[in-house]
Amino acid sequence: MSFQHKHILGTEQLSREDIELILDTAESFKDINTREIKKVPTLRGKTIINLFFEASTRTRTSFEIAGKRLSADTINISASSSSVVKGETLEDTARNIEAMHPDIIVMRHGASGAPHYLAERIDCSVVNAGDGAHEHPSQALLDLLTIRQHKTTLEGLTVAIVGDITHSRVARSNLYAMRTLGMNVRLVGPGTMVPKGIEKLGCEVYTDLNEALEGVDVVMMLRIQLERQGKTLLPSLREYASLYGLNPSNLKLAKEDAIVMHPGPMNRGVEISSYVADGPQNVILEQVENGVAIRMALLYLVAGGSEGEV
Amino acid sequence: MGKSETTILDTSGVNRALTRISHEILERNRGTQDLVLVGIRSGGDHLADELCRRIAEIEGEAPLVGAVDITLYRDDLGSRGSLPMGKTQIPFDVDDKRIVLVDDVLYTGRTIRAAMDALIDLGRPRSIQLAVLVDRGHRELPIRPDYIGRNVPTSREEEISVVFDDAMLPIEVRLVKAAT
Repeated sequence: MSFQHKHILGTEQLSREDIELILDTAESFKDINTREIKKVPTLRGKTIINLFFEASTRTRTSFEIAGKRLSADTINISASSSSVVKGETLEDTARNIEAMHPDIIVMRHGASGAPHYLAERIDCSVVNAGDGAHEHPSQALLDLLTIRQHKTTLEGLTVAIVGDITHSRVARSNLYAMRTLGMNVRLVGPGTMVPKGIEKLGCEVYTDLNEALEGVDVVMMLRIQLERQGKTLLPSLREYASLYGLNPSNLKLAKEDAIVMHPGPMNRGVEISSYVADGPQNVILEQVENGVAIRMALLYLVAGGSEGEV
Repeated sequence: MGKSETTILDTSGVNRALTRISHEILERNRGTQDLVLVGIRSGGDHLADELCRRIAEIEGEAPLVGAVDITLYRDDLGSRGSLPMGKTQIPFDVDDKRIVLVDDVLYTGRTIRAAMDALIDLGRPRSIQLAVLVDRGHRELPIRPDYIGRNVPTSREEEISVVFDDAMLPIEVRLVKAAT
């Protein structure tokens, strides 16, 4: 079976077969990342532009390393150093970049749908590295790879995703992919942070963290994004920490072999206590490690994918 | 319009060829010291396992065996799309090893080029030799096998198929041509 997508815009468009192919491909790439010579010539001669309109260290570095290990030429453009600050529109920026003939644009943007807008207007492949509060597909895929390595099968597992669901693209991408794979998803957060009607996407909504953690296989904590929502949704960080923070005592409610995940960067002492973040159940750095392999898989599959489909 | 098939090597023919290649490998390398068999996925990996078993029988000592997947080293990415990948399994240091690459059918030589690049990215073997069950000609690169089961002159329209049984032992080699 071959991969039919020209762009990776979200996990919503990926079938079970697509997701499994991506995870299997990433498994093969994991070996390369531990070799002495961490490079294969697969994408030699391809140009990848990382177009980041929002701050990011982890994701951008991960995509950059992924491209370089596949021998592609990767170039980073960040909003603060680009002509965006001089008033250029997104479409003009994209057209100018396209005139330099890149093969893949990896894009992060604060507006939901920005990569889709770009994908319709330019010829090269577009990989979404996070668009507003919409999707962050590579993060969800690396989460799934990490879970699969600990639990072997994904179908039937129960996952609690805790935090500001409304503003979380990580939560949304995971929800789509996990539902496609037949996993049970519990979304947990204060009423102000869970969108109304999201249970229609096939998940359960909880406002009580203890109830939600009961018997789960995976606990995924989301970062409280102080820069995104300001103060209006939260009375105080201390209150949030006491009601929705993961600590050793409420973690006991989950299954004994439950794993703890966090997409980073962590606010220690807010959504996750240091005891848990550094505890034996945390797989947070494995997530980062798997991120490189997942992004290599996505770049590889998109570069060789057939034309015309999204 | 159907296809016609001719048997090139039957089960005993395949057996004799593999036994001879095993002896030739041992003779050329003077035993199994630093000897490594690396099969090219998919097909060559099963042949490498079988050669290893025979060499162990003859010599009383088995060489190391590995497998290499060349998907990432192909020169036709894009024209063929992304192919699903197998795993490269070389659970040993390749430095200073005498490597015998094993494949079922040798054709253009491009696969062998890719496999050699993959191996050299892992270290610096002392030497790389090439063993194939069938050499069908039509080389596009300057590559020549060291051990050959059978030379089969073919046209480009024909295909060579190596048949494996359920235990992945090679049992037959067939020449397939489109009937006119």
